[in-house]
Amino acid sequence: MKQPNSQPASELMLRETASQTAGPYVHIGLALAAAGNPIRDEEIWNEMARPEAEGEHIEIVGTVIDGNGDLVRDAFLEAWQADSKGVYQREYDLEKPFNSFGRTATTFEHGSEWTLRTVKPGRVRVDGIDEAHGAIDDKENDLASARSALLMAPHINLSLFARGINIHLQTRLYFEDEAEANAECPVLSRIESPARRQTLIARREEVDGKVRYRFDIRLQGEGETVFFDF
Amino acid sequence: MQDESKRFVERDRNWHPPAYAPGYKTSVARSPRQALVSMQHATASELTGPAFRGLRMGPHDNDLLLNFRQDPSQGQGLPVGERIIMFGRVVDQFGKPVPHTLVEMWQANAGGRYRHRNDNYLAPLDPNFGGVGRCLTDEAGWYRFRTIKPGPYPWPNDVNSWRPSHIHVSVMGPAISTRLITQMYFEGDPLIPLCPIVNTLKDPDAVETMVGRLDMARSRPMDCLAYRFDLVVRGELQTYFENQ
Repeated sequence: MKQPNSQPASELMLRETASQTAGPYVHIGLALAAAGNPIRDEEIWNEMARPEAEGEHIEIVGTVIDGNGDLVRDAFLEAWQADSKGVYQREYDLEKPFNSFGRTATTFEHGSEWTLRTVKPGRVRVDGIDEAHGAIDDKENDLASARSALLMAPHINLSLFARGINIHLQTRLYFEDEAEANAECPVLSRIESPARRQTLIARREEVDGKVRYRFDIRLQGEGETVFFDF
Repeated sequence: MQDESKRFVERDRNWHPPAYAPGYKTSVARSPRQALVSMQHATASELTGPAFRGLRMGPHDNDLLLNFRQDPSQGQGLPVGERIIMFGRVVDQFGKPVPHTLVEMWQANAGGRYRHRNDNYLAPLDPNFGGVGRCLTDEAGWYRFRTIKPGPYPWPNDVNSWRPSHIHVSVMGPAISTRLITQMYFEGDPLIPLCPIVNTLKDPDAVETMVGRLDMARSRPMDCLAYRFDLVVRGELQTYFENQ
């Protein structure tokens, strides 16, 4: 038995298992149809909202572009977002109208776009307390509480995995038509360079009367997407 | 509703492989040049994540010996290769088990060939092997798969690069902050130190965290060997003092 206080505190803690690339064949494990394989009864994929889900139904498409300007055709992405009321629905269940979690991948052919079908997320408080139910107390002079009560702009958290990516890259997708909320967002404004904030803004398009947002991720070089550590 | 006092131990970016690791050539054009933007205060977005108790899984989702076989009726149709049990425990950095979390894995067959439309390696597909598994950890954080040991295979990096036998492993953990994808290697494999992907890691101790260990006690006589592979995800902390 080790004598208490005889070791540096850091040695009392385990190290995280190290990351490795998801590789070119990530689809076998996490995106079976894309690998060309039969799917199981329930798969986690990119239809996050069924037609009856509350909120504005949107489609999001994008590419992933490497430092040479070439399309990354074997990228795999995970999305995590609040529902239209700004609440993270943590229990994944395909029988629910909406799931906060989804997966997608760039296609091997054509424009190599990934696609998510979802609803536009609502604003989430920094501390996640649901506006409708949470009590906002009167500690205005308490800096920590004030920060916790700030509202983030609507956003989708994206994790990106691919061959050549040794540890997944984490970013956020914001919406072009939420300029006011974006300007107030404590996370977006945390990015020092205003020009770089623009790399997180999805552009609104209308295709056949349907709202679609475009979000291209640039891994390296000009217009490089902001990636977060948290 | 979010427990506002929760946070996770900071991820040690010097322990994990760096984005830019030129020995692994594909990383050169796929690594950001700008610094990551660090969030000193993670928000509800990072401190939450999906739970999968509601995901309906098939009876053989964690049994790769059975989940792709072509002709179960004849008692035939088992995949070629060394039968193994791969099992372990998901814990956090403080040793606390992570229950009911999703563990997924995928791998090549015994000849080193993946069942994937883009894999054209010489070794043949095995008609009875798909190469994918998934399960939830139990109350104490344990997971378990039955499979075959995958073969090594060549890949275009250096003139003659080979991947050691490995199984890709994906674990969710309690939040998107703990999300991790790694690979399990097999204890004693001489290809491990030669692998450009393994060598993206700078610290040999970090490589050790990715090695599955032969466990004779869990092996089954006249049936299969067992490899134990524990996964450690970021530790969850509670803040005890008001941040004022």
